[in-house]
Amino acid sequence: MFAFILRRVLQSAIVLAVVALIAFALFNFTGDPVTFMVGQDATAEEKAKLRADLGLDQSFYVQFAHFLGNAVTGDFGRSLRQSRKVSDLFKERLPATLELSFVAAALALVIGIPAGVYTALKRNTLTAHFLLAASLIGVSLPTFLIGILLILFFAVYLGWLPSFGRGDTVALGWWTTGFLTASGLKALILPAITLSLFQMTLIMRLVRAEMLEVLRTDYIKFARARGLTDRAIHFGHALKNTLVPVITITGLQLGAIIAFAIITETVFQWPGMGLLFIQAVNFADVPVMAAYLCFIALIFVLINLIVDLMYYAVDPRLRVERLATAQ
Amino acid sequence: MPLLDIAGLTVTFSTDAHQFIAVDDVDLTIDEGEVVGVVGESGSGKSVMALSLLGLIDFPGRVGARRMTFAGHDLRGIGDRERRDLVGKDIAMIFQDPLASLDPCYTVAHQLMEALAVHGTERERSSRVARRTRALELLQQVEIPDAAARLNAYPHQLSGGMAQRVMIAMAISCQPRLLIADEPTTALDVTVQAQVLDLLLRIQRETHMALILITHDLAIVAETAHRVIVMYAGQQVETGPLPEVFETPAHPYTQALLAALPESSRDHARLQAIPGVVPGAHDRPAGCLLSPRCRYAVARCHRDEPALLGPPGRGARCHFRLDAQGHPTGGWALERRVEAIET
Repeated sequence: MFAFILRRVLQSAIVLAVVALIAFALFNFTGDPVTFMVGQDATAEEKAKLRADLGLDQSFYVQFAHFLGNAVTGDFGRSLRQSRKVSDLFKERLPATLELSFVAAALALVIGIPAGVYTALKRNTLTAHFLLAASLIGVSLPTFLIGILLILFFAVYLGWLPSFGRGDTVALGWWTTGFLTASGLKALILPAITLSLFQMTLIMRLVRAEMLEVLRTDYIKFARARGLTDRAIHFGHALKNTLVPVITITGLQLGAIIAFAIITETVFQWPGMGLLFIQAVNFADVPVMAAYLCFIALIFVLINLIVDLMYYAVDPRLRVERLATAQ
Repeated sequence: MPLLDIAGLTVTFSTDAHQFIAVDDVDLTIDEGEVVGVVGESGSGKSVMALSLLGLIDFPGRVGARRMTFAGHDLRGIGDRERRDLVGKDIAMIFQDPLASLDPCYTVAHQLMEALAVHGTERERSSRVARRTRALELLQQVEIPDAAARLNAYPHQLSGGMAQRVMIAMAISCQPRLLIADEPTTALDVTVQAQVLDLLLRIQRETHMALILITHDLAIVAETAHRVIVMYAGQQVETGPLPEVFETPAHPYTQALLAALPESSRDHARLQAIPGVVPGAHDRPAGCLLSPRCRYAVARCHRDEPALLGPPGRGARCHFRLDAQGHPTGGWALERRVEAIET
């Protein structure tokens, strides 16, 4: 078990280093940040001086080595636009994105899994058909459109919920939370629904497909032949056996929720990491962009690690210890 | 009164366009402690019949019967709750592929105890310790070596024979009065088959439960069963006591099945296979269902469907029931000669 984790951590470190290299290389060719930073009437000497101050006159490899060395200690340098430390900017924005993603993921799971189970078990009911049809909309409508439509109905026509921002937040140490104020919670509803809708329908369809597959297996037939209750068969046996693929997809989707919160955050002007990234792209703010990509890579790697560990908890066939191999 | 009494059992699967009769008008009675063999090729409706007894036929399948009672309970239109009180307790079933029939996510002990918690004695239902003790007892009863260690094993850690023993243990855990074994040895190695079969029969004798043994292996039935039902394309084509049915088969299909055994072909260069396959949903012939494959078939066989006729408990579904020498009777020779002249 320990060897397994160690191996995974080493693999993760390599993945992260490669992502850092690509991110850094990519953004070095997106444009010259210096031209954005100085005024139009700056002289060539001024530009050269700024370049030297920022370390941008050094070779690519030296710059990357610097970047990597600092990144390991959590220092991603200064934002070229806001001239503040990137780590401070992230600290400020991270709670907003994580809270939004967490609520969206929870919504997707809490509604997606039961809906999937329901549509699999009651295949021919009207509700099941309705849920399936509705899920098609969720899968096919682009996120920004859903967000805009929600704003149109609930913010513009009905005026129930705010159309942008995070509402009032409460600071708990460096963490700012919107969970503790009414306006924070109200502001969370629309973006969370927007962000979760795609994942929700995906999880629902996945659970349904897996569940239908499992319900056809011999062990379900045998469980029924043993006179177990429907409840025990459906939730004890069928659902548990559908969980491995569901955990995989859910894990990957959780990463996707955090990464692709960009669109939702832009639509709702949610002050999170995604919005920060979009603003950084407009300004060729290389440190912020590179740090953001590394951060997303880290999230994916972490989630994959957790997903792998969860397999072991759910599927006994993967557990390394063999207690009783035949004879 | 027989333990299980079924008359006119019919199972149909219908889609919008087609209707497929999987089990067609089958009669079946079984007494306490009796072993009945059900034989037939793949697709003859044996398993569907067994599943219908447990009420495990799902939509779009429909089960109908003129009479269907088990130990005085009418199985037709029985409620889910009532059925669960019978199925898994008084009627148990084991399946063909033991490894696929155990849930890969749970230990042997968990799966054994699960049924005990629903159907066990009052003590077993209330006490986890009692259930675990009983689970160990059951594993010992089915002769699993090192049973205590196997309790914590997962199905993938068991061999096929071991898994089949576990499945038998699960089936007999609540002392059923009827056990349906659907091809219990088919998925196993030949060397293990005999052991599992012996085990099954020993338990049957000790507990005096009735046993329906579904198989396509005539040798197994010949050795173990008191009576046999031969099925073809969902119909019962011959029924009667053993060894009589196998010594003097009254139906051409039984005769052909026996001739197809390797032992019967010692004097022949080739195995005597039955040509063709069991008709499926869309190619059921008119008249006798066996007529396209029957060596004796005459014009009447292709036209009229025969009924199950004969002395009580010794029926055969054939217009020209075979005699003790294995020759068709009822004017068959004449019809054959007339046909020969006409053509």
